[in-house]
Amino acid sequence: MPELFEELGLKRDEYDSICEILGREPNKVELGMYSVMWSEHCSYKSSKEQLRKLPTEGPRILMGPGENAGVVDIGDGFAVVFKLESHNHPSAVEPFQGAATGVGGIVRDIFTMGARPIASLDPLRFGSLESPRTRYLFDGVVAGIASYGNCLGIPTVAGDLYFEEAYEENPLINVMCLGIMPRERLILGRASEPGSIGVLIGSSTGRDGIGGVSVLASQEFDETSAAKRPSVQVGDPFTEKLEIEACLEMLDKGLLLGLQDLGGAGLTCATCETAERGGCGMDVDVGKVPLREPGMEPIEIMMSESQERMWALTSPDNLDEVLGICEKWGLDATPLATVTEGDRLRLFLDGVVIADVPASSLAQGPEYHRPAEKPAYIDKVQSADPGALPAPDDLGAALMDLLGSPNICSRRWVWEQYDHMVRLNTVLLPGGDAGVLRVMGSSKGIALSCDCNGRFCYLDPNLGTQIAVAESGRNVACTGATPVALTNCLNFGNPEKPTIFWQFVQSVEGLAEACRQLDTPVVGGNVSFYNESFGEAIYPTPVIGMLGILEDVRARVGSAFSREGDHVVLLGDTAAEFGGSEYLKVLHGKVEGKPPALDWEAEKALQKCLVRAAGAGALASAHDLSEGGLAVALAECCVQGGTGAHLELPGTLPAPAALFSESQSRAVVSVPAQRLADLEDIAAELDVPLHILGTTGGTSLEIKGMLELGVDEMSEVYDTSLEKLIAGATR
Amino acid sequence: MRFGVVVFPGSNCDHDCFYVLEHVLGQQVSYVWHGDTDVSGYDCLVLPGGFSYGDYLRTGAVARFSPVMGAIERFANAGGYVIGICNGFQILLEAGLLPGAMMRNTGLKFICRFVDIRVETSSTPWTSSASVGQVLSAPIAHNEGNYQVDTMQLEEMKRHGQVVFRYCSPEGSVLPEFNPNGATEAIAGVCSIEGNVLGMMPHPERASEAEMGSEDGLVVWRSLLTHCGVNV
Amino acid sequence: MARARVYITLKEGISDPQGKTVLRALKSLGYDEVADLRVGKYMELELDGEDKGKLESRLGEMSEKLLANPIIEDYRMEVEV
Repeated sequence: MPELFEELGLKRDEYDSICEILGREPNKVELGMYSVMWSEHCSYKSSKEQLRKLPTEGPRILMGPGENAGVVDIGDGFAVVFKLESHNHPSAVEPFQGAATGVGGIVRDIFTMGARPIASLDPLRFGSLESPRTRYLFDGVVAGIASYGNCLGIPTVAGDLYFEEAYEENPLINVMCLGIMPRERLILGRASEPGSIGVLIGSSTGRDGIGGVSVLASQEFDETSAAKRPSVQVGDPFTEKLEIEACLEMLDKGLLLGLQDLGGAGLTCATCETAERGGCGMDVDVGKVPLREPGMEPIEIMMSESQERMWALTSPDNLDEVLGICEKWGLDATPLATVTEGDRLRLFLDGVVIADVPASSLAQGPEYHRPAEKPAYIDKVQSADPGALPAPDDLGAALMDLLGSPNICSRRWVWEQYDHMVRLNTVLLPGGDAGVLRVMGSSKGIALSCDCNGRFCYLDPNLGTQIAVAESGRNVACTGATPVALTNCLNFGNPEKPTIFWQFVQSVEGLAEACRQLDTPVVGGNVSFYNESFGEAIYPTPVIGMLGILEDVRARVGSAFSREGDHVVLLGDTAAEFGGSEYLKVLHGKVEGKPPALDWEAEKALQKCLVRAAGAGALASAHDLSEGGLAVALAECCVQGGTGAHLELPGTLPAPAALFSESQSRAVVSVPAQRLADLEDIAAELDVPLHILGTTGGTSLEIKGMLELGVDEMSEVYDTSLEKLIAGATR
Repeated sequence: MRFGVVVFPGSNCDHDCFYVLEHVLGQQVSYVWHGDTDVSGYDCLVLPGGFSYGDYLRTGAVARFSPVMGAIERFANAGGYVIGICNGFQILLEAGLLPGAMMRNTGLKFICRFVDIRVETSSTPWTSSASVGQVLSAPIAHNEGNYQVDTMQLEEMKRHGQVVFRYCSPEGSVLPEFNPNGATEAIAGVCSIEGNVLGMMPHPERASEAEMGSEDGLVVWRSLLTHCGVNV
Repeated sequence: MARARVYITLKEGISDPQGKTVLRALKSLGYDEVADLRVGKYMELELDGEDKGKLESRLGEMSEKLLANPIIEDYRMEVEV
């Protein structure tokens, strides 16, 4: 059936492999199942080879990639589960529901491992806010995340947000979720006991998102997207909330053998993956699936991506109790599969076999070695010398421009729409470097940060990705936490284009190097390809989600200057590095040059210094230096704490570089006078450069010989710019 | 005291209220399932925040018909202490246990932030340890906190001292710019004529530990405990 | 002056969590005769003009562009001149 396999997104050689596996031509149902499971989204066929380069193991890692989410042992009997995922294309079609169902999907990945979801983060990328469409998408996405996450009672504690022309038609809506559990509650998505029963729990199955994976997630985005609209779904957070409670109750009672959520590729994926991981086969009665619409064909039932559905495996002895708990929570639950010996996934309708394939052949899928070729633009952009551009006449005005720029100004408008406090764990509110949660029943804390500077990755994908990891590690270290593991969402263009694939390979290699350096294994993640609009790829955007652990949550450090008379100290050295900087973009309208250099020894020493100083109680505040450099970091510390500072910068670096360079491995900290010696000792021992800049206090930020700005006037611009930009005001 | 925290499908602050009552205040606490019809044995029932039934029809509209609500009504009419927080407040309004109704925030957005509220009366069990005019810092987290009540009803409520909290400036002035949701006369919390039933939009359970940024919410819990003769 | 009414409902096949929840609530209150329920939006408009055909076409445009989300919603309208 040549027309059909092409329509379903399969290639000729893939179709031939299917025929070889089965020893015959597949029927329509089987072909549909292969088409979704072998799509890029489900099979990782282009990325698999590269992803093997990533370090995924470590003493704390209980479960690396391959299950629904990675699991890390944080001690005291607790394990955390976390993962980052994308919902880019659905959100570009319908921002509210696309983002909402994105939250729903990642949250299911977390509680399906046995963990209670306790925090969400949302890294978002949009086009320029000057475009009305961007404003529409941005407003809808934030409202969608809020509506779903708030209803579930999962606090959204952090995120990051960039506006760049490169994301104009293809915004990035990534969502991260973290859950926590007693270690022994960990459960896997496996069907490993023949005779056990598969139960479908939750919403009924409709024609939602049929072929969503193959059509929406695995092809470029173009004018015909509008015609694909029926794939959009309406989220039902209430049902998902009930599923969380019901599943955790079943797990606490030890009633389940395996648990999996239904996401991309729906029931096909849930059945074949659980069978494959457990080394078993499965008989599935398709006729028993509760349907929302009449006349659905088996292929539609198997491919449907209806939201808020779970797949539980239980022994026949526990089945009644499982169904009883579902009934208590008002959830539909239908037993419709039996785990079998062997490897066959067999579908039945009215007692007749309608599909019979090896489960592993669906779940494992093909693997490609894609050609990679360095894009021509790299040498061109890197050869530019941003340092040669004229310095601004008025440094204060330049800083004000940066503070009001869309990528720097306060994100309060966003995070006040998210319930960021529910569950009483959020001990550092959003707005700082990382979200910090306490762990009830332990003295520990968890710090979380999402980061990726897409400009750096565009200019140099390898170095840019290393910087993303360094920054996310630095962000959690600023709160006093040691970075221990990370998840990622690798957002790229069309991997079939060698220049795009080159970016991907470079980025993965940079990620692998950074993970080895920082000793933070990758415990899971997601690859999102085909992020292109009308043939133009987005910036390569490997978003990093970092997990840090605070041994004692009471030692956490915020980023605001909140006391008078503390010493302000810059840790780390500054060079004139403007490549890809916010200064270059905002003041000169350019994205070019080389990203700042990254010296891993200096970076690791700085992070250790921050963690040790926080643990010793020597820091009143700590803030990472990133977009906008030292000047922006100092202004943020002042604005957030409502306190000024009187400072003088050391060295002979010219003003623009001293203020706005984005050199890596730096942080600005404030230290009570009597603790300065302690910080100096720690910094000296770790060989971290330390510069005393002055003291906190007063109502203005004064940097001697360079600028003086009132905290109030900076606050006015910093706090209100985003809201004004969304309202369509021009800057 | 024995507290019962009512769990409706979609409640999501049940755990938080339970935690504060048990771990911070050292009281006896149990969950009360929405299907239960017997609430005897409790001294105080807490209707927590959340999105009961997804708030899909109107906030609190479906939960109000839960089997447990009949029992709660009898409990309240017999003088039992009932506090509804956020969604719990909305349910009490729908159930007619408190006067008024809730509309969407005037900004049409969900708002989660710390606000200041002024104590308007210390003659309720919930504010007996506070002083009139005292300003408390506590978070709100809602989409529908725009409290509405008609003028006649409001006058009667004022006569009976039923307006318990108002949104205000950090210094305690009730000004429009400190009213986050458009509520009539900046009302943040009201009680029944007898004072035993309280509804409030701000979350006292989120402001009951220094660790969480404010301990001002303890005033509500401690007032009740003191009022009931429990040493705190 | 003309009066118009616009009814907006979710498209057939799109799941309607609101409708499903309200349906369950009615059933739990004993209203077993309710077989299905969909939640939608209802709007009343006052329009300047007398030409029914033209008003309908303008209102259709408004519905497509703003009042309904054509990706997930259908609309129906009534215009009384």
